[in-house]
Amino acid sequence: MKIVVPLKQVPDLVEDLELNDDGTGLDYEYLKMKLNEWDDHALEEAILTKEAGDAEVIAVALDGEDVDKMLFTALAKGADKAVKITGANPYAGNHEMAKVLANAISGMSPDLVLVGVQSAGDSDGWLAPLLAAHLGMPSVSVVTGLQVSGNTVTVHKEYSGGIMAEFDVELPGVIGIQAARQTPRYAPVSKVRQIQQSATIEEVAAGDLGDVVTSTVEEMKHPEKGGGAKMLSDVEEIVEVLKEKGVA
Amino acid sequence: MGDILVVAEHLNGQLDEATFELIGMANGLGNTVVALIGGTDEMVSQLGAASKVVKVDAAADFNPESYGAALGAVADAVNPQVVLTTGSSMGMELANSLSAQKNWPLAVAATGVSANGSVKAQAALFGGKIIATTDLGSGPCIVAVVGGSAPADAGRKEGSPAVETVDAPAGAGKVHFKKLIMPESADVDITTKDVLVAIGRGIGSKDDIEVAEELAEALDAAVAASRPIIDAGWLPKSRQVGKSGLKVKPKVYIALGISGAPEHLEGMKNSSTIIAINSDKNAPIFDVAHYGMVADLFDVVEELTEALD
Repeated sequence: MKIVVPLKQVPDLVEDLELNDDGTGLDYEYLKMKLNEWDDHALEEAILTKEAGDAEVIAVALDGEDVDKMLFTALAKGADKAVKITGANPYAGNHEMAKVLANAISGMSPDLVLVGVQSAGDSDGWLAPLLAAHLGMPSVSVVTGLQVSGNTVTVHKEYSGGIMAEFDVELPGVIGIQAARQTPRYAPVSKVRQIQQSATIEEVAAGDLGDVVTSTVEEMKHPEKGGGAKMLSDVEEIVEVLKEKGVA
Repeated sequence: MGDILVVAEHLNGQLDEATFELIGMANGLGNTVVALIGGTDEMVSQLGAASKVVKVDAAADFNPESYGAALGAVADAVNPQVVLTTGSSMGMELANSLSAQKNWPLAVAATGVSANGSVKAQAALFGGKIIATTDLGSGPCIVAVVGGSAPADAGRKEGSPAVETVDAPAGAGKVHFKKLIMPESADVDITTKDVLVAIGRGIGSKDDIEVAEELAEALDAAVAASRPIIDAGWLPKSRQVGKSGLKVKPKVYIALGISGAPEHLEGMKNSSTIIAINSDKNAPIFDVAHYGMVADLFDVVEELTEALD
């Protein structure tokens, strides 16, 4: 079977997020980017599925800063092929990204598309169901753990309060991954370097997107500070608070 | 102003609290119509704060495919200006499905909605570090709202409004609901504790959880955690606080190394007193905490445990 995993880079939230001059988005020029952690889980689940049976894993990403490194890392982790989509905006919203990915992925005839359920900057929806709609495939999101059996994938979808629902999804299908069965593996730098010298990244053009439904972010700002926590300076003060609340 | 269509959510035969939050919000925007897919008459009798209920007879258990198709049929019948869904695992599926079916713009992670001419949604993005305002135009459009963004009481009223029934469309039939899986019974019920010591990514390693456990012991508290700790397998799912975990309201919630992503805040922001300790002075947790300290959590916890002994 063929499993396609779209990978997306997002700002590292440990860093300060600078805004652009007109305050309508992030200033990506100085941002440190990293692989969206949910995509990392989707990739891990794809590789685990491959290891449990017989599958080809294709990592796909929109061209952008440091994308080659991200794709070589995916290969080092166990993906069989890496594809880069050129001529598209890597910071686009999910409606646009879904269309770009659908153009590129439909020709690959995947049996299963595994997508990170969300990413930190999502403002216009989830990628998995939007991509599924363009590909004409069924989809289920917020999935932890899946099992492929013949032409069906059995998934566990999370609800609140620790409740889950089990669904059978007829393939081909798109699954939004919340968490892989195990912590995503790590690829040592030496292995990534080695892959970088031997492997190649295929390139495909984004193609015509036609009309994309957009919602316009008209303003971004940092949350207002103040009115928040009363800042304490030593442990004594914490003890005082705990005593005041009657719990210490 | 056109109608505001609120998509009711239910699980295990119970309407979700978030449904009432949405109805309260919708009543502030215009005439509220509730879409109830696969619900019961008993649920209808709780929707008195809406002006009308559009009901689709469908399986009682949520299915993203068939419920999505049903919502499409309801949207055709109602022709709303704004559709409000919850931001949950179910609500998000429906919001995305409807946006894809109708080509209507969608804003997610919303904490507020206004509709003065154009519809605007406010959202907390990038782990709560950025507040964004999205312009969705004059409608129709869809907004998925984060749980706890509005008081539920404003939208809760006994009495059955007028009910219209819409036929369930066939749908593609490629997603099959099998069963609900209930959580395993927990060794500790974190929803009943007066004090919770909650740990996040900042704890660093599984072995270091011991430090939090010692503090919890000194306070007769339980150790709870944010999602990354559960995903790493360091603590059982029954200890998870947040959107897909449990909602807690202890007297005191001590957040150690928890940045305060919106998904976590959804589960604990109603705690009576929140004390946050984090090394990042810009961590969003400090915006909801009552008391905060910018420090290395291990230094603080060790000293605090000693002081309490």
